[in-house]
Amino acid sequence: MRVLGLDIGSRSIDAVWLDGDRIVDWAVADSGHDPGSASAAFVERKAHDVIIATGYGRHVAKERFGCAAVTEITAYGLGSAALFPEAASVLDIGGQDTKVISLGQAGRVVDFEMNDKCAAGTGKFLEVMARALGFSLEDMAEKAREARAGIAISSMCTVFAESEVTGLVHRGEDRARIARGLHEAIAKRTLGSLKRVNARGPLVFAGGVAKNPAMVDLISSGFVGEVLVPDEAQIVGAYGAALSAARE
Amino acid sequence: MSDQAVDYHPMWDELGLDLPTHDALLEAVGQLFGDAYLTQENRPTGMDYLNFVMSEVHGLRIKELDDFRKSGGKVFGTFCLYVPEEIIRAAGAWSVGLCAGAEFAYDEVEQIMPRNTCALIKSFMGFKLAKVCPYIESSDLVIGETTCDGKKKAYELLGEIHDTWVMELPQMKRPEDIAMWKAEVRELVKKAEEITGNTITEDSLRAAIKEVNDKRRALQRIAAASAADPAPISGKDRLLATQVAFYDDVPRFTQMMNTLADELEARVAAGEGVAPRGAKRVLVTGTPMALPNWKIHDIIEKAGAVVVGEEMCTGSRYYQDLVPEDGSTLDEMIDAVAEKYLDINCACFTPNKGRIDDVIRMAKDLGADGVIDLSLQFCGLYEMESHGVEEAVRAAGLPVLKITTDYSMEDVGQLSTRVEAFLEML
Repeated sequence: MRVLGLDIGSRSIDAVWLDGDRIVDWAVADSGHDPGSASAAFVERKAHDVIIATGYGRHVAKERFGCAAVTEITAYGLGSAALFPEAASVLDIGGQDTKVISLGQAGRVVDFEMNDKCAAGTGKFLEVMARALGFSLEDMAEKAREARAGIAISSMCTVFAESEVTGLVHRGEDRARIARGLHEAIAKRTLGSLKRVNARGPLVFAGGVAKNPAMVDLISSGFVGEVLVPDEAQIVGAYGAALSAARE
Repeated sequence: MSDQAVDYHPMWDELGLDLPTHDALLEAVGQLFGDAYLTQENRPTGMDYLNFVMSEVHGLRIKELDDFRKSGGKVFGTFCLYVPEEIIRAAGAWSVGLCAGAEFAYDEVEQIMPRNTCALIKSFMGFKLAKVCPYIESSDLVIGETTCDGKKKAYELLGEIHDTWVMELPQMKRPEDIAMWKAEVRELVKKAEEITGNTITEDSLRAAIKEVNDKRRALQRIAAASAADPAPISGKDRLLATQVAFYDDVPRFTQMMNTLADELEARVAAGEGVAPRGAKRVLVTGTPMALPNWKIHDIIEKAGAVVVGEEMCTGSRYYQDLVPEDGSTLDEMIDAVAEKYLDINCACFTPNKGRIDDVIRMAKDLGADGVIDLSLQFCGLYEMESHGVEEAVRAAGLPVLKITTDYSMEDVGQLSTRVEAFLEML
């Protein structure tokens, strides 16, 4: 069976084409202002027997393509376990939310936690902070990784943290150290969530923010257990969604 | 809500409601009801009665209260299960619940209360301040209780603008606490007699006990039928029945709910249901859901599962226990009423292990696949108890999802994802 897994997130749309359980292709596009057309382009791109959608836009996709849908939690659990059969837990930091998942047998979700209403500590948060610091996202991560010590950031609300960062910049603080402080604050918050779901290692760190080397360093050094980062961290959800079709 | 044959505006005006705001409220509630309820499939025909009640919830029912008061009757507004309806009815008065299930006039409320107050308290105060709850405006007396610090203080504020009487509820269930509560119920007897000018007699209390027990028995039948797979009634519809139980005319409601229960029992016998056999079954426990708060049930059932029970004040806590009907003297009957009410397992008591036992027993009896523990944000009592509930449910081998929310709709997207993921986990 040929399956198209679509992960329609707030920042990106990720697609994985499976034949049986072999990945034949994958792609990532910006959600932009018209996520419907972006996902339709993926649907038309390659032949498939079944579509299964996950992510923020899964219900819209369900209506539009008449397909099945599965939550990101289940999708990330299955995708992570398929990539790393030894995985015991998953951390996914996406564009607008953070999920921590504790896994049982064969990628089955045993417990999970999601951030509630706001985007604190997510990809969107990092984008706003990079702009406040005058860095590109990539530069900010690089500077944060190299900085010797972070400047403590006390607020995790995107709006308050932005004011705090602006204040620090105006005071002439080192931007690299502010960037590190921001990454440390997110890592601390994330490690707290992992503790609450009793996440054990090995931990799969997936989602767009797993491409940020400073975050990977900080999570790896703070987590008790091995941290595994997939080569294509962004497509784990789409992959898991596609795999869930086979499980149905 | 809409299509009213009668124009109730003059009556609402006479009650002192703010008409434009009240019209807007009715329209919003009507829309909410349409989206949550009228989109459901295979509903029992017995629900037509509750649809009708909802369409006239600020209309015909208020007219009945109005007629009753104009003929000399008294109406008592209550906010909590612990206020014994039997005593009120035995004095010839009627008891009604107060509006507290929607976000309303928080800007005004926050002028006199902290923002970090639970939605239930902010809501009832908002309805009062904005003058849009015809139930409180029809109440000759509001009877409060000391079930949490927030309500205790809110009744002081309410007391400045509406006649309010507060019953002191103990926080433990030791013999001396039971004695104190019995004395408190006797104070209510005196107060009810004073307000109504009627005397509570053995006969009137016996009749009231029987009447209110009958209402609970009807709700128990609906709850028992919900144990069947496929479920013969949605959780939303059962929740609505319990919510309406606080407002409606007692004998009529009992009769209509028994008719509904007959239908549900026939459905169970025929293997008919509102969701396919094998649909995921969820027990909800936690803080009450005052009308028109259907948020969590709506999210769960729109995700394809069915709510099979509510261990909450708008659920089993309201109807699971009856007052013994064998008391022969007035004193015995008042004691029996007091004892029954103190048996309710609210988080305001310490310890409150009975609630956890109820959750586990109900999950088992109703064949639940998982439990959702719901707290209203800033309801310290239920938020604190959540951990113990979670541990106990897990120990019983069932998954549990903890949700803290309020009446706003801003977290519906996130909550839907969490609930759907939880259902996928079951």
